[in-house]
Amino acid sequence: MFRIGGRKSPLVWAVHLSVLLLVVLWTVPTAGLFITSFRTADQIAVSGWWTALSSAEANGVTRTPDGASAKQVDGNYVVSGNVLKRGGSVAAFGWSSLHPKAFQPGQVAQLRDGATLTVKANGDYQWADSKPLEGSQRIFFTARTPPSFTLANYAHVLTANGMFRAFMNSLTVAVPSTVIPILIAAYAAFALAWMQFPGRALLIAVIVGLLVVPLQMSLIPLLTLYNDIGKATVVPDHSLIGRLIALSGLGLHSDDGKMIGLNPKSYLGIWLAHTGFGLPLAIYLLRNYMIGLPREIIESSRVDGATDFQIFRKIVLPLSFPALASFAIFQFLWTWNDLLVATVFLSHQESSLVMTGKLKDLLGSHGGQWEILAASAFISISVPLIVFFALQKYLVRGLLAGSVK
Amino acid sequence: MLQQLVTAGLTIVVGIAAAFGYFYGSNWLLDILFPAGAAGDRATRNIRRAAAIRPWLFLGPALLALALYLVYPVAESIWLSFHGPAGRQFVGLKNYIWFIGDANIHSALINNFLWLLVVPAASTFLGLVTAALTDRIGWGNIAKSLIFMPMAISFVGATVIWKFVYDYRAANQDQIGLLNALVTWLGGPPEAWITLPFWNNFFLMVILVWIQTGFAMVILSAALRGIPEETIEAAVLDGANGLQIFFKIMVPQIWGTIAVVWTTITITVLKVFDIVYAMTNGQWDTDVLANQMYTWMFEGGGDFGRGATIALVIMILVIPIMIWNIRNAKAEMEGR
Repeated sequence: MFRIGGRKSPLVWAVHLSVLLLVVLWTVPTAGLFITSFRTADQIAVSGWWTALSSAEANGVTRTPDGASAKQVDGNYVVSGNVLKRGGSVAAFGWSSLHPKAFQPGQVAQLRDGATLTVKANGDYQWADSKPLEGSQRIFFTARTPPSFTLANYAHVLTANGMFRAFMNSLTVAVPSTVIPILIAAYAAFALAWMQFPGRALLIAVIVGLLVVPLQMSLIPLLTLYNDIGKATVVPDHSLIGRLIALSGLGLHSDDGKMIGLNPKSYLGIWLAHTGFGLPLAIYLLRNYMIGLPREIIESSRVDGATDFQIFRKIVLPLSFPALASFAIFQFLWTWNDLLVATVFLSHQESSLVMTGKLKDLLGSHGGQWEILAASAFISISVPLIVFFALQKYLVRGLLAGSVK
Repeated sequence: MLQQLVTAGLTIVVGIAAAFGYFYGSNWLLDILFPAGAAGDRATRNIRRAAAIRPWLFLGPALLALALYLVYPVAESIWLSFHGPAGRQFVGLKNYIWFIGDANIHSALINNFLWLLVVPAASTFLGLVTAALTDRIGWGNIAKSLIFMPMAISFVGATVIWKFVYDYRAANQDQIGLLNALVTWLGGPPEAWITLPFWNNFFLMVILVWIQTGFAMVILSAALRGIPEETIEAAVLDGANGLQIFFKIMVPQIWGTIAVVWTTITITVLKVFDIVYAMTNGQWDTDVLANQMYTWMFEGGGDFGRGATIALVIMILVIPIMIWNIRNAKAEMEGR
């Protein structure tokens, strides 16, 4: 657009650099979390994640055992051992604090009292003299540890930490909450796009209005409503419907295990809530898409005697697939990522905690188990990221159609 | 857990079957009640009646859900806002008087105002800049994809990500938070950013800007591409430079889209809850209305009257945008 007439702007390098800077700024925080999740708790605690990629150099000092413990080898008194405790290699060593890196590994250092000291790259040292050694000798060294990563955090989080359970719970919330509204919205959108009836314009206006109603508004009234319904329903335990309710996990049980009503905090409750909250966007998106379908196709099938129901099912629904996909992605991301609705409409027990709720709890617990937090967070964002990168085309299309123009 | 998955799977099947059953069954019933194949005048009348009823069959479930989950709560909240903690005792305007006089609410209002001032402006501006820049280079789509990515991350996930950026260690230790590492590398003293009075709000806002910039970029980029080539060619012929073309020719042509992006992000900001709740839970003077509402709803036994009052205030703040949206949608419909 700025290259009209084949003239390349001289600023093109500045553009490349600024975009690169922006991309780095936008990806580095996530990359940091990703790298952190593969480090051990010790590593996280002492150094930033950006040091994980290069070999870490750390200066250390150690003391040999007392000279009296020296062994005699070929007439020399020798004290030997290893300076490295955590693996890696020695990059340099020395015997005085003034010159801690004076010698390369393998070199023989001449000490002041005539003894010699040598440290090999693998950390083995020898402190030797022809006369008995006295006291103990300090060894200064620089240890280099290669980058090391671990999958232990993920293993721990998925097996012992209840994250797998939370993952399943999130899936249980998100999938039905995505599927249920689609059909309902598609029918309504078709009616609003292609059927004539009084009040249509008003209904469309109402739906555009509902698009922005903060869902905070709905929480208290719906929670009280759910509670009231739960208390008011008394279902006989052994009736067919009572058994169905017990089987579906919808029942609210008293301490002795008897079912005393409907559980106000059930998956069914949250599915319906997400359905209600997602409908305005779904109807709006789908209606805008459907109204853009070619009029001739629909008119000609009407002339051929097709009913509205047939037109919807055989023509409009299949043609609307891109819009359905856009909404499905939106709704899935939204329900998977939601914290507020899940906190309000699901009980706060470990068994029904979703991933966002679990993360919130981990964030709140002081004592900073960073490795657990990082691995958990990455598991929870990996699903939306996969959806995002796989289906970005539909997401962008939906965004462009969904923002009120 | 297995039972739960089976339930979820069954619900999907039952839900879809029920939806199809409803739409199919009700249409079938309509055709039985008003047969189009009846003789003479009856047939025309039947067709007319069926055509009048059918839209409402299609709309029925959606309208029911919208009414229950969005319209009824507005009415109920208004009613609750005039009642006491448990929602029974009528207290008149007490909740509103409390709202006006409460110090915590004041602090939350000020913070909300700051969020409204900074986040939509920053996100839209950065989105516009990235859209304009990425459209000019070969690897622009990859860059866009990466800047757009935070959009897919949950607010809580983003909070965890940024907690690692803002982490603070005492000055004599190695900093493990990126921001403090940068600051100490440049020679400054490390700071506990999240507890820094007043400025901590901005560090929380950065998280939302980070998420929303991609959204702004995608929409504005599409708008920029929709600008007619001729207007730019004319400007080039007249000797305008790149910046002049951008600010004087292109930006004015997409004002409408910029306004849409701005208002959409404004609504997101008004509802912002997760970031504050997860990062500080309102401590260190970072509270916002949505988090206050949650606090009043659940903590300390809960006060549904005050919670509903705060929800209503958020709703009232949204209403101007709502009206603007409806007017735009109407204008667009008439334009067709």
